[in-house]
Parts: sequence; C-alpha cells; structure tokens
Amino acid sequence: MNLHVIIQESFPTIKNILLLDSEGKRVAVKYYSDDWPTLDAKLSFEKSIFAKTMKTNARTEAEITMFDDYIVVYKFVQDLHFFVTGGSEENELILASVLQGFYDAIGLLLRNSVDKRTALENLDLILLCIDEIVDGGIILETDGSAIAGKVASNGIDGGASLSEQTISQALATAREHLARSLLK
Amino acid sequence: MAQPLVKKDDDRDDEADYSPFLGIEKGAVLQEARVFNDPQLDPRRCSQVITKLLYLLNQGETFTKVEATEVFFAVTKLFQSKDTGLRRMVYLMIKELSPSADEVIIVTSSLMKDMNSKTDMYRANAIRVLCRITDGTLLTQIERYLKQAIVDKNPVVASAALVSGVHILQTNPEIVKRWSNEVQEAVQSRAALVQFHALALLHQIRQNDRLAVSKLVTSLTRGTVRSPLAQCLLIRYTSQVIRESSQNSQTGDRPFYDYLEACLRHKAEMVIFEAARAITELSGVTSRELTPAITVLQLFLSSSKPVLRFAAVRTLNKVAMTHPLAVTNCNIDMESLISDQNRSIATLAITTLLKTGNESSVDRLMKQITNFMSDIADEFKIVVVEAIRSLCLKFPLKYRSLMNFLSNILREEGGFEYKKAIVDSIVILIRDIPDAKESGLFHLCEFIEDCEFTYLSTQILHFLGNEGPKTSDPSKYIRYIYNRVILENPTVRASAVSTLAKFGALVDALKPRIFVLLRRCLFDSDDEVRDRATLYLNTLGADGFVGETEKDVKEFLFDSLDVPLVNLQTSLQNYEPSEEPFDISSVPREVKTQPLAEKKATGKKPAGLGAPPSGPPSTVDAYEKLLSSISEFSSFGKLFKSSAPVELTEAETEYAVNVVKHIYDGHVVFQYNCTNTIPTQLLENVTVFVDSSEAEEFEEVVSKPLRTLPYDSPGQTFVAFGKPEGVPAVGKFSNVLKFIVKEVDSSGEADDDGVEDEYQLEDLEVVPADYMLKVGVANFRNAWESMGDDCERVDEYGLGVRESLAEAVSAVINILGMQPCEGTENVPNNSRSHNCLLSGVFIGNIRVLVRLAFGIDGRQVAMKLSVRSEDQSISDAIHDIVANG
Repeated sequence: MNLHVIIQESFPTIKNILLLDSEGKRVAVKYYSDDWPTLDAKLSFEKSIFAKTMKTNARTEAEITMFDDYIVVYKFVQDLHFFVTGGSEENELILASVLQGFYDAIGLLLRNSVDKRTALENLDLILLCIDEIVDGGIILETDGSAIAGKVASNGIDGGASLSEQTISQALATAREHLARSLLK
Repeated sequence: MAQPLVKKDDDRDDEADYSPFLGIEKGAVLQEARVFNDPQLDPRRCSQVITKLLYLLNQGETFTKVEATEVFFAVTKLFQSKDTGLRRMVYLMIKELSPSADEVIIVTSSLMKDMNSKTDMYRANAIRVLCRITDGTLLTQIERYLKQAIVDKNPVVASAALVSGVHILQTNPEIVKRWSNEVQEAVQSRAALVQFHALALLHQIRQNDRLAVSKLVTSLTRGTVRSPLAQCLLIRYTSQVIRESSQNSQTGDRPFYDYLEACLRHKAEMVIFEAARAITELSGVTSRELTPAITVLQLFLSSSKPVLRFAAVRTLNKVAMTHPLAVTNCNIDMESLISDQNRSIATLAITTLLKTGNESSVDRLMKQITNFMSDIADEFKIVVVEAIRSLCLKFPLKYRSLMNFLSNILREEGGFEYKKAIVDSIVILIRDIPDAKESGLFHLCEFIEDCEFTYLSTQILHFLGNEGPKTSDPSKYIRYIYNRVILENPTVRASAVSTLAKFGALVDALKPRIFVLLRRCLFDSDDEVRDRATLYLNTLGADGFVGETEKDVKEFLFDSLDVPLVNLQTSLQNYEPSEEPFDISSVPREVKTQPLAEKKATGKKPAGLGAPPSGPPSTVDAYEKLLSSISEFSSFGKLFKSSAPVELTEAETEYAVNVVKHIYDGHVVFQYNCTNTIPTQLLENVTVFVDSSEAEEFEEVVSKPLRTLPYDSPGQTFVAFGKPEGVPAVGKFSNVLKFIVKEVDSSGEADDDGVEDEYQLEDLEVVPADYMLKVGVANFRNAWESMGDDCERVDEYGLGVRESLAEAVSAVINILGMQPCEGTENVPNNSRSHNCLLSGVFIGNIRVLVRLAFGIDGRQVAMKLSVRSEDQSISDAIHDIVANG
C-alpha cells in the first residue's frame, strides 16, 4: 500500500522526518514513504540533503529548499539538524508547521539543552516524539507543547496525570534515570 | 540555566565523540533482551533495552527473521507490566518489528484489552498499533471498538481511530465506508485536530461521489472550521469541486470563489497561502480573480521567514508562465530577492523576473544576475540559462547583451549539463536570430578551444560545418577547426575532418587550402580520421580524382541520412559481399512504431500483457519477403507500405481475423490473417469475399484462398485490387469470410464431408494515411528551408469543439499518418497554442513536410496547416485529406 500515490494532493503528507547530527549522521529518522525503498537509498538521501543544507544558516528561522522534486524544510540547533520532507506540490507552510512542532517539542522534552548528546541520552523521548507527530505520513499534531505533553505523560509511573507534576519535573526524573543506566 | 550549559560545553572537548550507545553491538543487545522474560520485571531496565533495540533499527541494522521473532515474543511478555512508560515503548517496538500474521494473533488480545482501557493514552496507542499490524480478517472483530473510538470524547483517541481509518481505507475500503455516520459526527467535533482528521477521512470515503463532496464543501464553507489544517483541506476540496463543476457551468460568477477569497484574510498563514495558491490554479482564472491572491503573495515576499518567501515566489513563478502581466506588480519586491541568502528563493525570483521583465529592464537584470551566477549550484544555473534563452527569443533586439552573458558563463567552470544548456541556448539563438549568428559562432569556436566534453565539441563542430560556410568570412573558422585535428582525441578529430570537408564543398576559394589540411590528416594515427580524410578528398575531387557532381557532394555532406539507422543496420548485416554493391535505396524507410502499450511497458519488467502477440510476422521486411514469394503479386512492383493490422472481428469470437493493407503503386493487397479458435473444426478453402461497391476506383484482380485452417494455427488469405497508378484512391470494403467447415473428432481426424459456411467480418477502409510513409527528418528546419516554398500551400481550418489541444493534435497526426518530428507531438499541459512538425513520404516517393499551428479558445480549436512537398498536387492532396477528415 502506498499512501502517497492514492491520497496525493487531497491531503498533506509527510515523506520523512530526520534528525541528524552536525556530521550528517543519524540521531533518529523516520520514513513514511516508499520513495526510498532501501537503506542505501535512505542514507544517500540523507547525505545529499545534509551536504546541500549544511552551509546555510537555519538557526533563527526555518529554511527551505527544493531537492530532487521534494520540498525540505529544516532548522539547526547546536549540533542537531532537523528536517521535514514533503512532495513537490505540498503546501510549504504546512511542512514548516510540522517542523516547528517537532523542534518545539524536542526543546521542551530536552529542557532546552537541545544537542546531540542529550538527544541520544533521551533517545526514547525523541522516538516517542516523532511517533506522536506523524502516523504513516498523516500529520497527528503540530503543536509542540501538545506533542511533548503526550510523550511526557508516558514517563510517569502509574499513569499519573500531567497536572500533578509539571512536564519538566516528570521528564527530569525519567531522563536522569535512563541516562545513568545507559552510562554503565 | 545558562550555567550548566557552559559547563557541558567545557567537558565536551574531552569526549567529543561521546555517545551513550558507543560500542553498542547487536548480539549483546539481543542477549540483554532476555530481561523481558524475568519473572520480576524491571520496567526501567526493559525500557532501556527497547531503546537500544530501536537505536539499532534506526541506524539501519536489521534483524534476521529468527531474531525478530524472538524479540517479538519477548516483548509481548512486557504487557504484564503496569508501567505506562514501558508500555509506550512496547507499542513503538511492536510497530517497528511489523510482525507476521501468526505473530499478530499473540498480541491481539493484549492490545484489545488496552483499547478498552480507562487510560486514554492506552486506548489511543493500542488503536494505532493494532490497525498498523492487523490484516482484514481481524478488522471485523475490532470494528465495533473503532467506531466507538471515532466519537470518543478524548480527542487523541478519536484522532488515532480516524487516522487509522485513512490507512485501512487503502486495503479494506468496504469496512471503513460503514463508519460514515460516526466520521460525519466527528467532523462536527469541537477539537480542532479531530475535525481535521475526520474531514480527511470523510473526503477519502466519498471522493468518487462528486455530489457528496460538493454537499460536504457547501455545508462546511458555511459552518465553522476550527484548525488551519482542516481549513487547508477544505480549500483543496473546494478547488476540486470548482474544477469539476466548471466543465458544465456557463459563464458568470465562479461558485465558491468568494469562499477562497475570504480565506485570504484568515489569520493563519498556511490557510492564506493555500487559498492564494488555489486561486492561481483555477482553470481559466481571470485577472480580476487573480488580483487579491497576488496581493497577499506579494506581502509574503518581504516576510522575514524564508519558508514564506519561498512559497510565495514559487507560486508567483508559476503564475508568471501563464499571466506574466499579473505578476509585474511584484517586480520590485522580486528584485530585492535576487540577493536572498536562500539560493532557491533567489533563483526562483530571477526566473520569474526574466519571464515578466520588459525590454528596457533586460540590461539591468543581466547585470544583477552576473554577480549572482558564481555562487549558485549548477542545477539552478541551468534554470537561469533556460529562462534567459526564452527571454532572448522574446526580445531579439536584446540579443547582444544576452549573448554576451551566455558567452561569459560559458567560459566559467561548470558541469556537462550546465555547459550543454548554454551551448544549446546559443545554437537556438543563432538559428532564430540571424544577427546573432556571427558572434554566436565565434563564441562557440572559443569554447571548443578549451572544452573538456567530447560530446559538446563534436556537436559544435557539426553545427559549425553547416553554418560556418554561409557566413561572410568562412576562412576565419578554419583555424579553430584545424586546431581540433591537432589537439583533440580521435572522436573530435574525426568530426573536425568532416567539418573541414563541408567548408571545402561550399566555399570554392577555400578548397585548395582545405585539401592541404585534409591530406595531412591522412597520416593520423586513428583509422576513422584517416578514412574520413580519404573519403572526403575523393568526393571533393582532389588529386584529379573523378569527383562526384557538386549536387551529389552536397547531398552527401549535408543531408541527413534519410533512412532510419536501425533499418540501415539490419540491411547491412543482411548484405552478403558480392559483385553487386550495397544499394542504400533498398533500405526500408518505414519507422517501426511500437504499439503504445508496449512502449510504456519497456523500462519496467516485461509484463505478460505488454508482450507482443505471437502471430504472423509483422515487420516490413517480413511482409516484403512473404508477398514476393507469391507469384501473383510479383508483377506489382516495389511494396510502398504495409499498414498495421486492423482487427475485423471482436475479441474472443469463433474466428479471429485481422487485415494488413499492402500498398503498391498501382495495386492494393489485403492480407487477411485468420485464426480458427474452435478445436472441433477444420476449415478448408478459406477466402474472403470482398464487396468493393463503395470503393469505385478499385477493381479486384486476384484472390488467393487458404487451403486449410486447422484449430489455433493462423493462416493467411489474400485479395488483391488494382487501382489507378500513383493515385491515393480511398474507399470502403465490406468483407465476408467464406469457407468449408469439417468436424474434427476427439482423435483429431476430420470428417470427409464439409459444409459451406460464411462469417460476416467488419468493414475495412483504405484511407489517405495508408499512402503516407512515416519518415522522420533529423533537422526539420533545414529540411523545410531546403524544400523551398515552390509547392507550398497554407490554409486555416476550424476543428470545432475538442476535448483538449492534445487530443486535436493527435487526431490530425493520425489522419495524416505522418511522423512527428522533434517531439512536437507532445502538448504541454494547459497550453493554449501548439506547433507540431510532421514529415513523411507520400506514394510516388514524394517527400512531404507539414507544419501545424494549433490554437485553442474555450474548447474551440483552430489550426493553420502549411504543407511543403516536391509536387503541388501532393500539397493540395494533403489539404484535401484534412478538409475531408
């Protein structure tokens, strides 16, 4: 089943979400389209998009480029490069809103220390975050705090509601525990 | 906050490559996964192991089938834990493992339990996981829960069910269609994203029902739409309704335009942009309708956000192709974008300006572009070069500055595609703007002095050979050409030799000097170069060789090969060395056209359907062989053309018959290919009785029956007609298949007694296109000019209401049966005019060239037909074909 062929244009679809480091290596990636069927195809896409964008300044505002008939919006923070890809006919601003949601949510989840090391230490949060933004190419949520809220609620034992702890408190416990044990 | 951050940066130097996953190894992690089986689960530790597994998968690691199954079973044990964080990771892991059908059964009950849990997060995620991994059979079991979930009061649960519905719709549409009522209810939801997802799903369910979509749009455009995303969807669906309704509505106000226009004042930028884009894409949009959309896009051009600027300039760029005047208001904003940091935006701005610019702004624009060219990538440069080419054709008076620009960038660094785009542009300018010729050729000469691309060098040398001798001072090019013979690789040297010969043939004053140069080439180290030099010295008549006549020489040097290369190759391979020299006129000229279906299939793997049907041989060669073996037809002379088979029976009838029309100068032979599809019958003495009462100029001369036609073994019967010599006579023929039927028993023996029977076939027509051979020319323009206008006839025709321009173009090509040249049979989408070039050889070996200019207004198509041929009566005949077609 190829979602993109069938529902092209009739609704916005995301082809992939990429989080790469400052050398273009993967931190976390998720593909929703069959356009890149093999690992090699995916890696070479990541390599070209990284090479094409690395010299641009995408730190204050999200940047955009056309690439191989795809629209890619991207933003860099510290040593992390965020990318969201859509088809060439996609509404650029919708893609940008997904990118913004992704970036805002990660900022909340990592308590503003958005860098590669923290991201890897909290890889579970990053993966859950991507899972809450897009499902099979369809946009689930674009509001950063709503995304972070959904991810964070999982970190609390016993399903306690968010109102009992602030997001950052909850995250602090979850994050530190994981980081320590991974270091062992 | 700032304090720890700084500290972190400090100790990063020591461990620059630090990663919590450093040295991670698949085998070890799989071992670790055994903790999933512990009776006392440690949720935290289990979460970490899952994270490591997901990390491996994310880095591109793959699990073998056995490994994946093991991990999957271990993970299912974790449903025992009540830890929500762990459960969330379990969901993620199951989705990543995409388990097989028999594995899915293991987790189904756990997931179904979660679907009915009181915890919203469980319900939402369990729905997403289950719908992702399940197949159709399980769906009926969970359908009830999904329907409930769609109207769940928790928006996350409702969205999860709706989004899953969109996915399931692709594989099990009949199930999802039953949820219409619930989805409809969800469209009215107060939660913004639920409305978005519900609207998307509802439209998917109803997309083939125009009326339902139209109703949906009508009611929603009047109601409240809560999220910008949903608003964008509604704009798309509205455009769809407008597109479909405009086909049968009369003039007047466009329905729903007011809604689109109102969306331009929405507070969300994505909605404003979606609406503006929708308006610019309306078919036949008027400038009054365009204005408000252009105004908001213009505002976006000066936004501080690159994404907004990009979106706006990309849309305006598209508008500029069809409505350049509407975009000129934005020119000032657009010019400031030339220096935009984002090169994609700058390139789009430039190409838009080039499309909308007027004659007076060209020079200023070129100056700005020159500064910009050095720091963009080749792919952008190509876009700019193409835009400049069309600008130059629009303002031929400005050729000087544009040609200068092209020659400057030709000298700079660049890849093949980029250089080729520049060279192509210069060649086109030289061809279309006579004043630009000398300077253009000079720039090309400069370029080949230092050109690393063999292909481009040979192309330029070839072009130089055709154009150089016709300039005021041909001698100045010789130096550049002879330099190639000294400096380049064999391929380029050989081209240079041919180019020299062309100068020698056309410019008598240069002949002696050319001979000197060519003689030097006789000592070249490469065979091809020597061979060419020898050949040209001979043909040009140096050294007292008996030269060919001047006309022959020119034809040989300048005319393109008028036989298709494939056919020439086959003929040469078939030629056996003998006393008789190879005769190029014996090479068939017909271009074999593949059936469309077959063409599409090539490139993909050969599909069963695309394979050519086995049957009688269908190539021209084979036909010729077959016909010449029949004594009755041997006196007809040379076969002019054989048509493609025309079916005379429906598919899957008792007897399948198709016919091939063979055209001779004074005769027509119908070859009926018959297949008997009844196993219990043997047909004997098969003939086709042809009634030619509606084809007055034809007279039956001979009929050649088929003696026997056993089951499933095709055979041919022929009927030949005489017709006036060299005249493209047309007519309609009705056909009846006559034969003697004999029953065949199970042992395969036929009865002795047969019964006479007949079988009605469909009518057959001989049409003008049957007298036209599809023969292409390499360079239409040259051919057209060398033909001259002595026998030209030009006329205009109205073609009435047509479905589209493309349909009209292909209809005329089919009626004429000629070969489209230079890809002009393809009509770009939405064009309002089109030029098409055709070439062919009419019966009597008369070469015919046709130029068609089409224009469409509303759906009325008009056409200007210019025909050139070697015979006025043929030019008139071509017009008659169109006039009667």
